[in-house]
Amino acid sequence: MGRIVLEQVTKSFGDVTVIPPLDLTIEDGEFTVFVGPSGCGKSTLLRLIAGLEDVTSGSIRIDGRECSDIPPAKRGLAMVFQSYALYPHMTVRKNIAFPLRMASMSRQEQDRRVEQAAAVLNLTEYLDRRPGQLSGGQRQRVAIGRAIVREPAAFLFDEPLSNLDAALRVGMRLEISQLHNRLKTTMVYVTHDQVEAMTMADRIVVLRAGHIEQVGTPLELYHNPRNLFVAGFIGSPKMNLLEGPEAAKHDAHTIGIRPEHIKVSAGEGAWSGVVGVSEHLGSDTFFHVHDTGLAESVTVRADGDVRFSHGDRIFLTPRTERMHRFDTNGRRLA
Amino acid sequence: MSTKASRSAARLMLAPAVILLLAWMLVPLTMTLIFSFQRFLPLRGGFQGWVGFENYARFVGSSAFWPAVQTTVLIVGGVLLITVVLGILLALLLDQPMWGQGIVRILVIAPFFVMPTVTGLVWKNMFMDPNNGLLAHLWRFFGGDPVVWLSDVPVFSIILIVSWQWLPFATLILLTAIQSLDSEQLEAAEMDGAPVLSRFWHIILPHLSRAITIVILIQTIFLLAIFAKIFVTTQGSFGTRTLTYLIYQRVLESQNVGLGSAGGIYAVILANIFALFLMRIVGKNLDR
Repeated sequence: MGRIVLEQVTKSFGDVTVIPPLDLTIEDGEFTVFVGPSGCGKSTLLRLIAGLEDVTSGSIRIDGRECSDIPPAKRGLAMVFQSYALYPHMTVRKNIAFPLRMASMSRQEQDRRVEQAAAVLNLTEYLDRRPGQLSGGQRQRVAIGRAIVREPAAFLFDEPLSNLDAALRVGMRLEISQLHNRLKTTMVYVTHDQVEAMTMADRIVVLRAGHIEQVGTPLELYHNPRNLFVAGFIGSPKMNLLEGPEAAKHDAHTIGIRPEHIKVSAGEGAWSGVVGVSEHLGSDTFFHVHDTGLAESVTVRADGDVRFSHGDRIFLTPRTERMHRFDTNGRRLA
Repeated sequence: MSTKASRSAARLMLAPAVILLLAWMLVPLTMTLIFSFQRFLPLRGGFQGWVGFENYARFVGSSAFWPAVQTTVLIVGGVLLITVVLGILLALLLDQPMWGQGIVRILVIAPFFVMPTVTGLVWKNMFMDPNNGLLAHLWRFFGGDPVVWLSDVPVFSIILIVSWQWLPFATLILLTAIQSLDSEQLEAAEMDGAPVLSRFWHIILPHLSRAITIVILIQTIFLLAIFAKIFVTTQGSFGTRTLTYLIYQRVLESQNVGLGSAGGIYAVILANIFALFLMRIVGKNLDR
């Protein structure tokens, strides 16, 4: 069980308020991702839940138990750190067994749980090595192993993949998602990478300056961003945000249209512009189109086999039903 | 240094320094070695013939030799124990965030910059003097009889004085080691349910092991040669005669250069055994 409820939680360091009053409920078994630009307070929020920072006010309840004054070890949570924080002088086996040893568990039970975790994480043959002899991905798995053996109420991940190279990151992303499917334990995951958030989360919490901008499933955020910030943050490449007369035509201050919702044509369309940089991914091609009179640059997605060269004049047609409209305060218009 | 030309140029440039260092080391060592095989008494006509290993046998055979070795080991061991244990505690304390951290740290290092002779004299006259010393006043304040430090507990007094001087060195090296510890490791241990003492024992102490070895290695080499503090306090009496002090007495007080030189060679061999032994430990530690 691991239902985490935050009520009116605030955190300030001296005069600086990092988290203004915030309410959030993380349901049992849910994979929740905190995402936001750096400095948005997402890591602080995670550390508050972990108990590594004290809340300034408000309450944190884990499975109904008030936890804001309980030391981290007693909250029944396990955390995976960005630097993995493995103990360099201990073997993998001892690293994974450390929390069990601290809980004064019997030797047999320790060994049994370590073997089991190692089997799940493909670490069995590395149990007698030290962290210094492992690759980044293996270290990551040891850190996860150390979290698993405690059988915690919830896992907390603090940007666990940011020290891995791109290929490994994709692999570990999958492994963590699979682990979640198997364990069905609550996981709270912090990242600044919206792709990680979109691919892994059951629910995403978008944060900016300590405020929750929106909470929802990945597709809810993609289809119905509540405001300009979420619209610009979720989705890759970014949504095109257009102001001025074009927006006025749709009775909005700003309109947003995703690159994948614009049709590209050589002959005719609603808008026209000149192709700047083209990014060929094989499956898709992204064109950065200039001189449209709408914005400095409009990004559009086309199929991988659509070919335009730098300087070509092309025509764009937005799919109006996929357009997002925002008012002067950046809020979504119904 | 990739090309042949640049490599030989580098050797040429390094040569003066290397030659100077070699001469600096080799000339005195060779002279000591030569003297140790001679009967050489400066006040009684100087050179009086070659005697082979007689000086070596006499130095070890003298009744003062084993007690001196014992004292040396006791003092070096005592100082190491005090400086390492207190050094770790002080380093932990100084690592805590506090007001005036910079100034406190400089003050802590200060004793290391005081000359050994001055250290000895300050302790002898200002702290340990049985009539006017600060410690005597302290004892009297609590109604005790002042301890006559340098004659009642002479070896302990010397250990105390030397520790005072070397504690900053240990503290400084251990402090930098503690500061290099990844704070996420401590937080991870905290999440794993390790209370403060366990965190110290399982995380901080193993992290410090390399720094502790280095402190022990460097200090041992310097402590084997302490002389000034003994010279200005007890003059080697009351059982505070270390090997170094014994050599000094043989050469200058007994005016027997040959015998003293033989002792000097023993000291060199002893120091090298220590150094080799400790180097291996450090080397093993550095491998990880």
